[in-house]
Amino acid sequence: MAKAKPRVAFFDFAGCEGDQLQIANLEETLLDLLEHIEVVAFREVKTGDEPPYDIAFIEGSITRPQDEARVKEIRKQSTFLVALGACATIGGINCLKNFHSEAIYRTQVYGDRARWYDTYPARPVGAVVKVDAELHGCPIDRSEFLRVTKELLLGKRPWIPDYPVCVECKEVGNICRYDLGRPCLGIVSRAGCKACCVTEGATCWGCRGLAPHANLDAARYVMEDIGGFSREEAQDLMRLYLGWTQAPL
Amino acid sequence: MNDAPKNARPGKKATAPKETPPPTSEASVDKQGKQIFVHHLTRVEGHGNIVVSIDHNDKIETCRWEVPEAPRFFEAMVLGRSWRDIHHITSRICGICSIGHQLASLQATEEALAIRPSEQTHVLRKLALHGENMQSHLLHLGYLVLPDLLNVDSVIPLAQSHPKELKNLIALHRLANEFSRVISGRTTHPQRLIPGGMGKLPTAEELKDIRKQLEDSVPKLKAAAELFAALREKFPDFERPTEYVALVSEAEYPLYWGDIGSSHDKRKPARFYMDTAKEYMVPHSTAKWARNVKQSYMVGALARYNLNHAMLHPLARKVADQVGLTPMSTNPYFNNLAQLVEVVHSVEDSIRHIDRLLTKGLKREPYPKVEPRAGKGVGAVEVPRGLLFHAYEYDDDGRIVRADCVIPTNQNHANIQHDLDELTPTISGKSEAEIELTLSMLVRAYDPCISCSTHLIDMSGQEGGRGVRFVREPKAGESRKA
Repeated sequence: MAKAKPRVAFFDFAGCEGDQLQIANLEETLLDLLEHIEVVAFREVKTGDEPPYDIAFIEGSITRPQDEARVKEIRKQSTFLVALGACATIGGINCLKNFHSEAIYRTQVYGDRARWYDTYPARPVGAVVKVDAELHGCPIDRSEFLRVTKELLLGKRPWIPDYPVCVECKEVGNICRYDLGRPCLGIVSRAGCKACCVTEGATCWGCRGLAPHANLDAARYVMEDIGGFSREEAQDLMRLYLGWTQAPL
Repeated sequence: MNDAPKNARPGKKATAPKETPPPTSEASVDKQGKQIFVHHLTRVEGHGNIVVSIDHNDKIETCRWEVPEAPRFFEAMVLGRSWRDIHHITSRICGICSIGHQLASLQATEEALAIRPSEQTHVLRKLALHGENMQSHLLHLGYLVLPDLLNVDSVIPLAQSHPKELKNLIALHRLANEFSRVISGRTTHPQRLIPGGMGKLPTAEELKDIRKQLEDSVPKLKAAAELFAALREKFPDFERPTEYVALVSEAEYPLYWGDIGSSHDKRKPARFYMDTAKEYMVPHSTAKWARNVKQSYMVGALARYNLNHAMLHPLARKVADQVGLTPMSTNPYFNNLAQLVEVVHSVEDSIRHIDRLLTKGLKREPYPKVEPRAGKGVGAVEVPRGLLFHAYEYDDDGRIVRADCVIPTNQNHANIQHDLDELTPTISGKSEAEIELTLSMLVRAYDPCISCSTHLIDMSGQEGGRGVRFVREPKAGESRKA
């Protein structure tokens, strides 16, 4: 008799649900994947939720005490917990609010009713519970999701690139943004995206977080002293996704 | 974990249980009378609850639509940020309508900084919006609505029971994604749309290829129309006339720009959006409501269809006839049918725009040069779920001092509640499963995008002004650093 299919769940916290959308966007491939797993919770797609889970994918940042409790409960029910997308892996855009004092972001948005809302500084899932694997990006890369899921199903620990975006950017043959007079975070950001934003005419925003051992001081030197960008411009870029890093931004 | 707001809500019976609620979307029953508590309604974007109180005579007392989504503070996040990044940040309000948010954001920035994109850019943006509209509508119809119509809990069993119909919709959805990729570079949070132009252009070959694919999709669209025509009976027979608000234009079925039109009010330029989206609070709702001249209004595909049906392309009209959608339709469930009609229209309109681009020839334009300056601007775009406004004020350095985003689902919350109020007496006495399904289907019909809409929720239930005041009335002496 065939072994029971692995039980897979998807959950979302503060985020845009763009990462779960990438999974829906697998189209026919998703149907193939569904033959090998049993989806037991996926609020955006199906009704019902039946713990425990073999793999839980979590999208979004933790921004409220009650969300922290919810994610801890999910952790208890899960064998493997995978953070899905920038909000979950590194805090991402949500952490922009952390640079304002709490009183300001509350009153800016909610006026004198601000005190009614539960909120605290946004943080990645890994800041609250143990995360077994991380799928980076804003949004995640569909093929990377498939690869990592396959590896998890086979019992392998998934490998995520540990070198900077520049490596892949050279590989696809882009002109360096600094040669075009534009700032870029590819020099310190984790690769795995095939430098897709640079390829599309933009610059690297750092949505996959810092590559391991990234040298932020050197990056600042490149941006400010070599590239000639102001302190503020360098800070703009570094704060966009990296709000949860310990480094002074 | 209960996400319901902590503060007290009026109405004893209607208050959601404080302890651990039942598993997602399963009805719970208490002893005296009953309560159906749909916790975290499934197959919608974001978190919403439906709370139904039924008295001991099986009569539905109240039915409330709640939004416990985590607030994300986007208007605060963009404070002090440069004009270059704003559309990049606001794109993250919603993964499904990221293109629409980017375009509304770009329009507001461009108006504020006096940037004038080329005609070619505008045409490409219209195509980007069509691509997103198709993506979102097909996702909603195929993955989120179809399971209700075929009595299953998700799209997954349909792979076995209705493989042909499902694969047809998936093929169309894949085409929509491919179309978005060709125009915008990426289907979610694209990188090509930038202030003043396009960061990268599609090639003529890519355009020709996608044009052919769009043309070849017509038989698939017809098959989808047949499917929904056959399932039309499954939508509850429920009519509630309301006010319909959408962009209007003499030139086309407008998505990218136009004036604010209404079924009950005069036409206004988009910069007066605050005069239409009049927001207020009521004691028994956790979300802010919006109204214009009537007690609530509806935005979205049905509103657009009702106001602009005369501008639809021929096949879209034919499909409207086929699925039995007629102008001034007042059945909110038919928003789903209007979405299908719009998908067909988007395919036809896109082919026309691509022809226009190919005839004129794609021109490479220089990377837009922008001089930052102080200014205010408003963007108004029809996104899949309805009318979206972004309004910004910039300082001399081109950094945001004030921002306001009015999201379609927020404009629909009040209308959803009024629909529920009028719908519930008609289904009193039915089985709980049936009540839950009928109500869930109603909310789902609006395709609510709740993660987008959270910035305006107010749990206080008191009269009060909105937190973020519009840029036309800045507070004296407030600086960017504030």
